[in-house]
Amino acid sequence: MKKTIITVVGKDRVGIIAKVCTYLANNRVNILDISQTIVQGYFNMMMVVDTNDAPKSFEDLATELEQIGEEIGVIIKAQHEDIFNKMHRI
Amino acid sequence: MINIQEVIETNKMIEQENLDVRTITLGISLLDCADNNLDEVNRKIFEKITTAAKDLVATGKAIEREYGIPIVNKRISVTPVSLVGAAACKCPEDYVTMAQTLDRAAKTVGVNFIGGYSALVSKGMTFGDKNLIKSIPRALSVTDRVCSSVNVGSTKTGIDMDAVKLLGEIILETAELTKERDSLGCAKLVVFCNAPDDNPFMAGAFHGITEGDAIINVGVSGPGVVKTALQNVRGADFGTLCETIKATAFKITRVGQLVAQEASKRLNIPFGIIDLSLAPTPAVGDSIAEIFQEMGLEQAGAPGTTAALALLNDQVKKGGVMASSYVGGLSGAFIPVSEDQGMIHAVQAGALTLEKLEAMTCVCSVGLDMIAIPGDTKATTISGIIADEMAIGMVNQKTTAVRLIPVIGKKVGDMVEFGGLLGYAPVMPVNSFRCDDFINRGGRIPAPIHSFRN
Repeated sequence: MKKTIITVVGKDRVGIIAKVCTYLANNRVNILDISQTIVQGYFNMMMVVDTNDAPKSFEDLATELEQIGEEIGVIIKAQHEDIFNKMHRI
Repeated sequence: MINIQEVIETNKMIEQENLDVRTITLGISLLDCADNNLDEVNRKIFEKITTAAKDLVATGKAIEREYGIPIVNKRISVTPVSLVGAAACKCPEDYVTMAQTLDRAAKTVGVNFIGGYSALVSKGMTFGDKNLIKSIPRALSVTDRVCSSVNVGSTKTGIDMDAVKLLGEIILETAELTKERDSLGCAKLVVFCNAPDDNPFMAGAFHGITEGDAIINVGVSGPGVVKTALQNVRGADFGTLCETIKATAFKITRVGQLVAQEASKRLNIPFGIIDLSLAPTPAVGDSIAEIFQEMGLEQAGAPGTTAALALLNDQVKKGGVMASSYVGGLSGAFIPVSEDQGMIHAVQAGALTLEKLEAMTCVCSVGLDMIAIPGDTKATTISGIIADEMAIGMVNQKTTAVRLIPVIGKKVGDMVEFGGLLGYAPVMPVNSFRCDDFINRGGRIPAPIHSFRN
């Protein structure tokens, strides 16, 4: 199973996680793990998700998540996990 | 499982430190396009390239999207055209039609450069080689995306000084024919010693005759990532400095390896090599010269610069080799003047001269790269500079190259604008003492003694 990493970076505010999770639930994307931290005053969240059952393509999901980010003033990115595994694991 | 700090680190490299994959270059053999009918050769070349590369750009974009890593260029390299056209081309103009075919094919598949308008003449020039070289000025002035290179020497063969002499004239002629665009044609012409067969970087890429039918080569980049990593070890000793560069190079190269494997799988074309070169761009923070400054030099060109470059180049290789299954191409630090903001500043500040750049090329992979010189420089002087650089490559058993741009109508200190990734550069002074009688001798410089290893 290829996992996708979704990252959310921006100013913290009410409802960011709710908004992203609602979108993922509506699109049958399963959340496997969530972690968050504050770096230099910015809210950083990382979700590990499984998109295998999602009817939409990766391209569409990534684009729509970006649009949600723009609506609520944060940056949302979806990336395959391999880029992180490759860089940080031998 | 991957943790959030690692994810943040990777994305910071991409978003703030200009980490990118500089190029996916698809090498295509055109040897089977040879024919004695010129129209037939051109038809076959166009068909082969547009078939083999039809999905290259789309695949590159899909990978970019899925991993969130920019892939700046998608490019093509082909078999040296002098070989492919040898049977069909009777004069330089015949070769120009092949350049136009390559240009048309590049535009059709959407790549920004196509390399391989080349000749390999390290020991001598065939009739075809000579015609191709003579056609270069025209070819580069009537095309937009074609890149040309000529290998004029190697450690095994010595240096073909007839070719060196001819290329001095060819570079000036190319400058003249493209003078309306600040002699831009010369930015697409590289003269090599020990040119590698699998270099993915332009303008010197070609698909060598030792290669298979098609291959994917990838060039990574990331001077900005190295510079940022070094900010954290200010004042630390050389051991720490080197370890930091090595670890960073490993991470950068792993991304290149991932992209190369994915591209190879999706295009169903074998993976060739990763080129470990640190390639700067004119963007602020994406500069080799800024790495030198971070190491403790006031400007690139200050005493210590050659040592700094030597250790940088070596550590990048040590980190990169571990990260990739196959390493090749040029693999070293690039020091192009016009494409590196810090280098441009160093020249303007008077810290960096042509002679210091020449010394630096003894310890890094490329040579005198993207250097603007006065347009009234003599052809023999350009040949003299080429000969010096080729000698460095030949004796040190490494690749060296010359990409000089004599800018017609410009003098020392003037600025030249090439645009895009090619950047801009101040015109640098050239030693004006004559070398005519040396260059005009003709013939070959024999291979050095240490090349006889058998």
